[in-house]
Amino acid sequence: MRMAVQTVKLSFQIRGSDFVNAGEASSNTKKALSRIGLNPSVVKRAAIAMYEAELNAMIHAGGGQADVEIFPDHVVIQIADRGPGIPDVDLAMQAGWSTAPDIAREMGFGAGMGLPNIKKHADDMRIETIVGQGTTITIHILFA
Amino acid sequence: MSIHHSVQLNRSLCVGCTNCIKRCPTEAIRVRNGKAKIADERCIDCGECIRACPHHAKSAVMDEFSALDQYAYTVALAAPSLYAQFGTPATRVMVLAALGNAGFDDVFEVAVGAEIFSRHASIWLHDALKKGKRPLISSACPVVVRLIQMKYPNLIDHLLPFDAPMEISARLAREQAREKTGLPDEQIGVFFISPCPAKRTAVVSPISSDNSYVDGVIAVSEAYPLILARLEKLESHQVASFANRHLAGSSGVRWGYSGGEALSLDTERYLAVDGIHNVIAILEEVENERLKDIDFIEANSCTGGCIGGPLTVANRFSGKSRQRGYIMAARDLARKHPGAIYPAGQVQIDPWKKELEPNEALKLDKDIFKALQKYEQMEKITADLPGLDCGACGAPDCEALAEDIVRGEASETFCIFKLKERLRLVAAQMSELEQEMNRHLEDDEEESDEAGEAVQ
Ligand SMILES: Nc1ncnc2c1ncn2[C@@H]1O[C@H](COP(=O)(O)OP(=O)(O)O)[C@@H](O)[C@H]1O
Ligand code: SF4
Ligand code: SF4
Ligand SMILES: [Mg+2]
Repeated sequence: MRMAVQTVKLSFQIRGSDFVNAGEASSNTKKALSRIGLNPSVVKRAAIAMYEAELNAMIHAGGGQADVEIFPDHVVIQIADRGPGIPDVDLAMQAGWSTAPDIAREMGFGAGMGLPNIKKHADDMRIETIVGQGTTITIHILFA
Repeated sequence: MSIHHSVQLNRSLCVGCTNCIKRCPTEAIRVRNGKAKIADERCIDCGECIRACPHHAKSAVMDEFSALDQYAYTVALAAPSLYAQFGTPATRVMVLAALGNAGFDDVFEVAVGAEIFSRHASIWLHDALKKGKRPLISSACPVVVRLIQMKYPNLIDHLLPFDAPMEISARLAREQAREKTGLPDEQIGVFFISPCPAKRTAVVSPISSDNSYVDGVIAVSEAYPLILARLEKLESHQVASFANRHLAGSSGVRWGYSGGEALSLDTERYLAVDGIHNVIAILEEVENERLKDIDFIEANSCTGGCIGGPLTVANRFSGKSRQRGYIMAARDLARKHPGAIYPAGQVQIDPWKKELEPNEALKLDKDIFKALQKYEQMEKITADLPGLDCGACGAPDCEALAEDIVRGEASETFCIFKLKERLRLVAAQMSELEQEMNRHLEDDEEESDEAGEAVQ
């Protein structure tokens, strides 16, 4: 028998095309992680990876939902949306590839570095996507 | 980590209002038993609470002029922001001469240290940028450095790793005094005339070395009336005695306000942010790697930069306009008499030897299991509190009270709404008890009535 470990769960709604409050979910998560006292570099990696995924849901998918679960040795961040899905994941993962609308680009988003940036900062990243149904990105960050 | 603090509370003046707790950028203040209390490990000596307190209960503990008596020879270090306190017809040399007349044997400009700093920092910065480190952050404001140690430890190695201009000037002033007088170091007193309490903290508990070259830090506001009185009585030979001395160039004098430091670093891609709450917003962006197109960030805790320091006298808008006058005059001087400017390029300085430590005061617990538990509890308590952030409990907002409860430093009934709820509950229970008691009494009466009837 294993003892149940205490975890902390956070969840946030991400509103579509809400550029003003962009990044709120990841900034709140960041606050929680640093309060808990995780290593600053871990906090930073989690915050950056989550921010990119959160923004993708906001810009490309009309919003979605973020769920975070903090374990004693890792954190799992899941961003799920019911947007258009990603037809070619390999292409989307390429640095610089972007289908961001003009409005996003004008505001300084849409450089096509989001997904590569998540990959760079996460210990594990999984993309489940079905065209026409939506995308779920799951990010794992290990603490040590 | 125990550091000395120059910002202190005068308990007898504190009325326990909530003005300061709401303004403190690190949530370091709580009101308990009707009086404010500063948590030492969280205070970064920004002085925001001094500005916020309408009862003047928060003040800076600074050195006084009487401290000069301990030394055989004294030198005053003039902060660049000191000049801006005095308007025309005062000139920089006049302010320096009047400062000297206020009781010092000699004066030295911190603006000189600033120019030396800039030369070295500029070379170091362009080297670091080439290695891909970006953006680099100014380390001249001690409040910002302490903030980074506590809230943004990831950014510690983005700081320009050089002693602040105050230390550089203090070292030079001390060397000069030693040469001139032959006195040993202990008998030479170097005093910084400071716009803020943070600089005194940085002298008593230096940021990256064991000892400061400065012996005492006197508030600009303390020196102001003395300088003003002597400005009026200044004699021409006193001003003339500065004619054969080196003065700082315009780029050093420009450090007095926000943007001055950045302008001397040879990069167009800089950002100057002032006001501690704005600084926090920008550092957040930097930590999240959203300002990678910026080479250098100048961050000043005070709005407007040091001319807006909590211990300055002049209004910071007129201060800025005056400072511009001093800068123009310095530029003119350099053009007409290049030899009059301090040869900053000849002075060597070294980067910090010691790596700065993070300050872990914000952590909930060292043990991750306990920290997770506490966080979970904190969330629950926060959700249960009214969310009005009224401050009546003595904490800056409901979340902070929840944190205090979890840390075992407060209880839920500190919240007046929770207390009211509890009172209502107790009152309801009381009235229930009362009714029950009345019922018993009535029963008793009936019984005794019956007994009475029986007797009749
Ligand atoms: N949640 C999503 N839903 C639909 N398409 C997405 C989503 N996330 C990413 N994409 C697609 O992948 C591309 C690359 O994403 P990213 O690397 O974050 O760059 P950017 O967001 O700057 O375009 C996007 O332009 C978009 O076409
Ligand atoms: S000086 Fe600044 S950090 Fe310290 S208690 Fe006052 S407001 Fe808070
Ligand atoms: S901005 Fe200048 S005056 Fe204000 S705290 Fe920082 S160093 Fe002191
Ligand atoms: Mg993106």
